[in-house]
This record gives sequence, C-alpha cells and structure tokens, in this order.
Amino acid sequence: MTLLLLIAIPLCGGFLAWLLGRFHADAPRWISLAALGVGFILALDLGLEHWGAAGLANDNLWLLEYSHAWIPRFGISFHLALDGLNLLMVVLTFLIGILAVGCSWKEISTRVGFFHFNLMWVLAGVVGVFLAIDLFLFYFFWELMLVPMYFLIGIWGHEKRIRAALKFFIFTQASGLLLLLAIVALAFSHQSTSGVLSYNYMELLGTPLSEAAGMWMMLGFFIAFAVKLPVVPLHTWLPDAHTEAPTAGSVILAALMLKTGAYGLIRFVVPLFPDAAMAFAPIAMTLGVIGILYGAILAFAQTDLKRLVAYTSVSHLGFVLLGVFAWNELALQGVVMQMICHSFSTGALFVLVGALYERTHTRDLSRLSGLWAVAPKMGAMAMFFAMASLGLPGLGNFLAEILVLAGAYPVSIPLTALATVGLIFATIYSVRLVSRAFHGVNEGSWEFSDLSLREAAVLGVMVVGLIWLGLYPQPVLDAAAPTLSHLLSVMQR
Amino acid sequence: MLNYLALLPTLPLVGFLILTAFGKSLSKRSVVAIGVGSMALAAMLTIGIAIHFLSAPPPGHVFEQHLWTWFQVGDLAPGFSLYLDALSLAMILVITLVGFLIHLYSAEFMRDDDAYARFFAYMNLFVSLMLILVLADNLLLLYLGWEGVGMCSFLLIGFWYKKPENSKAAQKAFIVTRVGDTAMAIGLFLLITQLGTLDIQELGVRASEKWPVGSGMAVAAAALLLGGAVGKSAQLPLQTWLPDAMAGPSPVSALIHAATMVTAGVYLIARTHALFALAPVVLTAVMLIGLLTQLTAGISAVHQRDIKRILAYSTISQLGYMFFALGVSSNGAAINHLMTHACFKATWFLAAGAVIIAVNHEHDIFKMGGLGKKLPVLFWTMFFAGCGPFFSKDGILAEVWFSDTGGPFLWLLGLFGVFVTSIYLFRLLFTVFLGPLKNDVHWKPGLAITIPLVILATGSVVGAIVEYPRLLGYHPYATGTEAAHASPYLHAAIGKIAVGVALAGIYVAYRLFVRHKHYEAGEVVVPHITLRMRRLFAAGWYFDRAYHAAFVVPFQATSRFLRSELIDRGYDAVVALVQTGHRQIRRSQTGRLRWYAAGIAVGAVFCLGAVLL
Repeated sequence: MTLLLLIAIPLCGGFLAWLLGRFHADAPRWISLAALGVGFILALDLGLEHWGAAGLANDNLWLLEYSHAWIPRFGISFHLALDGLNLLMVVLTFLIGILAVGCSWKEISTRVGFFHFNLMWVLAGVVGVFLAIDLFLFYFFWELMLVPMYFLIGIWGHEKRIRAALKFFIFTQASGLLLLLAIVALAFSHQSTSGVLSYNYMELLGTPLSEAAGMWMMLGFFIAFAVKLPVVPLHTWLPDAHTEAPTAGSVILAALMLKTGAYGLIRFVVPLFPDAAMAFAPIAMTLGVIGILYGAILAFAQTDLKRLVAYTSVSHLGFVLLGVFAWNELALQGVVMQMICHSFSTGALFVLVGALYERTHTRDLSRLSGLWAVAPKMGAMAMFFAMASLGLPGLGNFLAEILVLAGAYPVSIPLTALATVGLIFATIYSVRLVSRAFHGVNEGSWEFSDLSLREAAVLGVMVVGLIWLGLYPQPVLDAAAPTLSHLLSVMQR
Repeated sequence: MLNYLALLPTLPLVGFLILTAFGKSLSKRSVVAIGVGSMALAAMLTIGIAIHFLSAPPPGHVFEQHLWTWFQVGDLAPGFSLYLDALSLAMILVITLVGFLIHLYSAEFMRDDDAYARFFAYMNLFVSLMLILVLADNLLLLYLGWEGVGMCSFLLIGFWYKKPENSKAAQKAFIVTRVGDTAMAIGLFLLITQLGTLDIQELGVRASEKWPVGSGMAVAAAALLLGGAVGKSAQLPLQTWLPDAMAGPSPVSALIHAATMVTAGVYLIARTHALFALAPVVLTAVMLIGLLTQLTAGISAVHQRDIKRILAYSTISQLGYMFFALGVSSNGAAINHLMTHACFKATWFLAAGAVIIAVNHEHDIFKMGGLGKKLPVLFWTMFFAGCGPFFSKDGILAEVWFSDTGGPFLWLLGLFGVFVTSIYLFRLLFTVFLGPLKNDVHWKPGLAITIPLVILATGSVVGAIVEYPRLLGYHPYATGTEAAHASPYLHAAIGKIAVGVALAGIYVAYRLFVRHKHYEAGEVVVPHITLRMRRLFAAGWYFDRAYHAAFVVPFQATSRFLRSELIDRGYDAVVALVQTGHRQIRRSQTGRLRWYAAGIAVGAVFCLGAVLL
C-alpha cells in the first residue's frame, strides 16, 4: 500500500497544485514541496525500516509488494514491488524533485500551477517506472513520464523550445513503440511455452527464446532504453531538450529521466534476455566507450554552457552502458553509484547554469568571463561540481567510474583503457568550464548578486551528497547488493 | 603520540574548512592564526610522532591506523587507513616542517593580497591531501591524495586568476598530469583484477608469490604506475607542465612544485618498490628516464632568463636524479636527495620570490645585478642551501657506479649533470647578486621571511653532513655499504670526484658570468654553441611545440569537426524525407471525383491481379 502511496502522492499533489495555483502563485510551490517532502520521508522510512533486511538472504527478492488485478484477461496487473535497487532510485527521485522545486522557485512566473502539475506528474511517472514490475504497467508509466515533460519543455523552455520538445517526444515515443512491441512479443512467447499469458516480470524471467527472437526483443528493449540513456548515436534529442528546458526540467531530465534508461538496462534487458545481451555485449560496451569519448569531445566543443553540461551527461552515462554490459558485481555497483552521483553532479551544474542565466540572460561562454570576482560562491560551487564531474577522488563520481572501469577491465582491456582516456577528456572540459567562465578578466562588466540562500541550500544538499557518497558509500552499496547479486545469479543460470 | 597520527591530515583540513566557510569575514591576523597555526600544530605533532617513532619504535617499525572502510564490493575493501614507517615518516617530516616554514613565509609574502584567506585555504587543503597521499596504506587512498594535490596545484597555479596566462598554465598542469594519472588508474585496475587488493604491503606479497621476476604482468603493472609517477614528478615525456606552473605565487612553487607534490612520483616508486623489483626492465626505464630528464632539463636551465623558470628546470633535473637513484634500486639515496633538495629548493624559491618583490616584479635575471649588498640574507641563505644537495647527489652517483644496472658510463653522464647543475645555479646566484647594482631596492624582507629561509638553508647544509633517511631508519641502498667496504678507497674517491666537478662548475660559472661578464651582453649565455641550439634549449627542447601539434591541434580540430553533430543531420534527413513524401502525396488529394474513381479502379485491378497471379 505504501508503494501505491509513493505514486499517488505526487499525482494528487500535482492536481492540488494546479487547482490552488489559481488562487495564489506560491501555493503550488509549497504544495509540491510538501508533497515531495512527505514522499521523501515515506521512501526514506521504508529504507530505514529495511536497513538490516536489505542484506536479507532469503529467496524473496522483494522487500515489499503491491499487486492488484488490472486487465486480468490479458494477464496484466497493477503490480509494484520494492527492492534495494529501486528503493535507492525512489529516494533519489523525491530528493531531486524537492531540489527541482527549490531551484525553480523564482524562475517560473507564468502558469505556476500548471508547471508544478507537470513537474509532479513527471515525478510520479518516474517513480512508477522504478516500481512497476508488471511489464505492461512499466510501459504505462514509461509513457506517463513523457507528456508532462513535453509540456515542461514546450511551455516554459527557452527560445527553440517547441522544436526541442517535439524532438524529445518523437525520439522517445518512437523508441517506446519498439519497447511495447518487444514486451508484447515476449509475453506471447512466454504464453506459447507455458500456456499462461502474463506480463509479470518474475514469471517472464527465464523465458526460453530462440536466438533470433531473443535478439530482436532484446534490441526492442535496448533501443528504448538507449534513447533515454542516451547512447550515441541515439542521443541527439538530449542536447536540444536539456538546453531548451527550464532549469527544473533539465535537472529532472538529467538526474532522473536518463536514469530510467539505465534502470531498464539493469532490470530488464540483461536479465530477460541473458543470451542475446551477452552476444550483444561487445557492441554495447563499444557504444558505451564511444559515448564517453564523443560526449566529452562535444562538451569541450560547446560555447553554450547548458549544452556543454548536456553533453557531459552523454559522456557520463557511457560509463553506465559500459558497466551494465560488463555485468559483474564491481561494474554494476559502479553503475548504481553513477546513477546517483551523476544526478547530483550534473543536476547541480544545471542549477548553476540556470542561476547564472537568471542573472545574466546568457549562457554563451564567450560572453562570460572573470565571474569569480563577481560571485565567488558561485565560482566555488562551479569548481566543486566540475571536480566531481572529472572524477576527483573523495567525491562520489570517482568511485562510480572507478568501479565501472575496474569491473570492465577483466572483460575488455582495450575498451577499459579507452574509457579511462575519457577521464582526461573530462578534465579538459571541466577545467575549461571553470576557467572560461570564472577566471580571467570580467570583460562583460557583469555585476550581479551571488548565490541566494535558497540556491546555496539546493546546491549544498548536492555537495553533501557527493562528499558522503565519495567517502562512505557503503549504505548505497549495501542497499543495491542483494538485488545485484540476484540479477547476477539470473545470468549464471 | 602515534595514536594521534590521524590528527595530522585533519589539522590542516580543519584550517581549510574554517577559512573556506568564514574566510571573508576574518581579519588577516585570524587568517594567519588559522592557516599558519594549523600548520604549526601539524609540524609539532609530526616532531612528536617522529620522536616517539624513533625512541620507542612500534613492532616491526610500522604503525598502522585504520579509520574506516571506504567501501566494500566483493573482496575489494580499501580503507581510510594510515601506514607509518620510516619512509612515510621522512615524507611527513618534509611536508609538515617545510610546509610550516613556507606557510610562515607566506604570511608576510602574501600580506597585500586581497584573497589572503583563499590562499591559505588552498595551501592548507594541499598539505592535508599531501599527508593523506604519503600516509595511505592502499593505492586507492594514495590516489585520492594524488589527485587531490593535483587539484590544489591547479587552484594555486591559477591563484591570480585574472591573468589569462595563469589560468592557462593551471589548466595545462592539471591536464598533463592527468595523462599520467590515467596510466596509473589503468594500473590500479590491473592490480585489482590480477591480485584482488590495493593494500600496498599485501600487493607486494601477492605479486611476488604470483608473478616471477620479469613476467609480463609485473612489467605492465610497474610501467603503468610509472606513468603516474612520470606525470606528477615532471619527468620526460610529461615534464612540460612544470616550467609554466611557475605562474603561481612563489610560496606555491616552493611548496608544491619543488618540495612536496612533485616528489610524489619518487615516493610512489619507493613505496611500491616490491612491484618494481619484479620488473627490472621498468627499473631500467626509470633510470634512463631520470638520466635523460636530468640532462635535458639541466641544459635547458642554463638557457633560461626568468629566475623562476631556471628553478623550475632545475627542479625537473633534480627529480631526474631521484629517478636515477630509484632506477638502480637505491631508494635510500633517492629519498636522501628528496629531503635535502626539499630544503634547498624551498630556500631558493622563497628567496627568488623575495628577490622578485625587491626588484619590482622583475623576473629576468639579466636585468638584476649586485643585489648581494642590498639583500645579504637572501644571498647567503641561497649560497649555503645550494651547496647541500651536491653531497646527496654524490651519494646517488656512487650508487650508480656500483650497481648492477648502472656502471661507470652512466655515472659519467650523471657527473656531467652535476657540472651543469653547478653552472646554472651559480649563474643565477652570481648574475643576480654580484657585479654592479642594477636595481632600486626599496624593500627588505621581514622576520617571517628571513627565519624560514635561515632554517631551510640550515636544513640543506645539515643534509650534506648527515643522511636524514638513515637517521630515520630508512636505508634501502642498492649496493651501499658492501661495495663501500669492498673498495672503500674507490667509494670515497668517487665522492671526491663529484665534489671536484661541482667546484669546477662553480668556477666555470664564475669565469663566464663574473669575470667575463657575459651577463651584460644579455643574450650570450654559454658561448660556442649556435643560436639555433640555444633556442632549442631555451624552449625546453620544443616539447611544447610538438605536443601542441600532435595532441592539442588534432583534439581541437576533431571537436570543431564534430561540433556540427553530423549524426543529427541524418535525423534531419529523415525529417526532410517525411516532409517531402507528405507534400508529394498531398498533391494527390485534388478533390476531383474523377481522379478518385480512377484511383479506386486502378487499385482494385492491382489488388485482384496480385491475388490471382
């Protein structure tokens, strides 16, 4: 029941925000904040409750389950389940949601109610995606995320918002269709061997498939998740969408939506189609490394700050792809860490760029220079998150990437070496970001106020998060461990 | 006392945190109290730890302190664990004592800077991370310190960020050293995969059990670690960042780019010597890299005009000597040179910083002259400090002569380096301090500058007499005492020869730059070599130019080429195709009934035909 609440709270909160937004502009903000706060506490409480049990060694993977018949005729049920892995993601979703509301407090002034409605519904969709364990329900939430995000970009975005929103929508929608086809095909394949039509993930695990069928279905899942992740060459929607979206939209896109792709790869692609996935692994890992290098080089090439940050996502999530298909404990733990740490580091960079844009109305690196003298707190924050981004030890991203690489090393030494070169490229774009914008002479004669208390608080949470994950990540690793060892054992069978 | 070991990196870290959080609102006096005070406490604590360690040695002469397990995945569980033995004791003594003196110097040197608190914050953070680097018991924690000091180096080189060239130099230093660090990271992955641990002592044990001497894995592991060491210690071919790093304030050059951070590579090789011992090929490479770096950088140093660049090349060259010693497995000699060099080079950088202020921010030594009378303290401290390292270098050369991989020929090349060293050092000293006075000097160093200089110079001189590492119980020499006992006269003679060569170098420098007064001609630096060669030497053998052409230009070109996102043009083509198709088909929607009827008829015939045939 709690699981249902986790989805219902943002849904209802969103409605309420929209309704009350007619009366007072601040109402939606406070309502959203309150709803997300309750959700966060609820999720965190679940985590604390199962803390000791997170290492539970019994056969039942799930800490908590909720199931209700939905369309029994087709074997579809409203089936949610919680384990360590998606618990982490749900807690992260609510936390990022709170920060997203916080960072857009002043930025959004038109149709505030509807904005928060969309924001909350995206979050609800994301939570649903993480919790759904019925494949049809998963697809339902997968689509639910899209529409409000389309509005977020299309209504509150920057100059080229309509095109960016449309591009985002078509890319995800088209690939989502492949996902749906693959899901249905898988369910029918399962029916033909077992006689039962079911969309239940646990039942579909281990469905015997012919080599060709397995490969096609795996690709259907893979492409849908690859678009979200994103994997080069399916990434071109991302720079546009991230750049044109309002700050909160960029934060949610980068910090959460991309992670649904990563989550899908871990949860579905490899466990459901182990043979096909392993046959495909060399290609996928290569694509991952290409993403790491390509994203980093393009990040370096950008003059638009927001686009720069967007491309760093392409680079960082290449590590996720590399790690998932290396498929061992080290690599998968690294992937989970990367999913969380990237949310903080890149989310924070988007918040910073947004704050800078609110003050200067430009994101053009050639117009911004010497800003350290104007806003040292902002500079220090930019420095911190740039360092996180380039993988400075002591911050979470370092451990994430090191674990992925250490896990990938026994699988492929050349790919690991190339991916490690990505760390040099990350250094290049990160120091360029800091040096260009904050060092040098303040040629634009910029003068503006430094970070406000609200902005500093939003960023401060992320700073603390990254330091904590960098120095003592054990709680996160422990939470994910049972799920990962279960998934790894599926593979061995 | 040993139990307070963890406090050592904590003290400067707390200093950093306070200065970062409240730096803006603190008075300069309180900034000094926190920034320098934390270092004073750390230095005192280190002395206490050293006394305890030497008077009541812990079992096995090793003290370990486990703070917490960083993370555990599978069998891999690196900890925040500190490891104190004679080697790390030597390092923490250098870091905290030299570090404290440089902090004290900075209190006066940086007094007029607006960003006083920011300076001490960065410096404190640096010391903290450097201490973690040398105290780490596993390679991952060492890597944390390693990368952390790299970041501090970036921050401090670019401390005066308003000048674009400083920012450039900072970026260059960071990126070039990260190239080496990447090799090192791959080395870590290799070690994790092959040996299943990163604990340094355990690595040595497992490696020697699993890998025979000279095996491919051992060579690969050692070579990859060497990559990191080469980058950090500015050895060939990754030495190019250090001369530019002089853009930072002089205390930064003294602390980071002379005394401590750049010696991290030397420390790493000494620390993981068990791995290197399994890879003799790599040790030979270490020796050759050291030798080549020492010679090329030394020759470049003779051709510099900027006082700090001379010292930068000198540092690269002296680090080359340390690698030379490591390459013949004489870690004791390497660490001995590391310690005396730290005192010597810190003195010279600090004095150079004072000179630069005294002559109104002039860097060109040929525009200085006769300062000896105005600034005697600087002259004499530099003079005495400069003599110290010759003795520790002689120790290295003797080791090279007697070692299996070294020998008289390599010794001779090393000896030539000694000659070059004394030329460039005394060229600087004579040009700046002797001869007629060329500059107005309105500034005298105060106590906070003088005291550190005197102490550091004393440290350098004492280092010529006693071997610090031996004092601390660190004496892994390659040949050392046995060879000395076997042929004591030869051993002594070799030492004498080196001192003689050094004196000859000083004499040559005197003849060239005082008697013949080549410095007045400015351009004439060493006669009898062509202008083209002189340019080659002065420009650091054109490494910068080559790297620019080989890496920077292609990288920028690639990024420019890719910027337009060709992949996206593919998707645009799909869009265009759909739009064209849509336009074409729309033309069939004419509204004329006759056309539709015809269309239906043709379609029906077509379908029937398809079915029937």
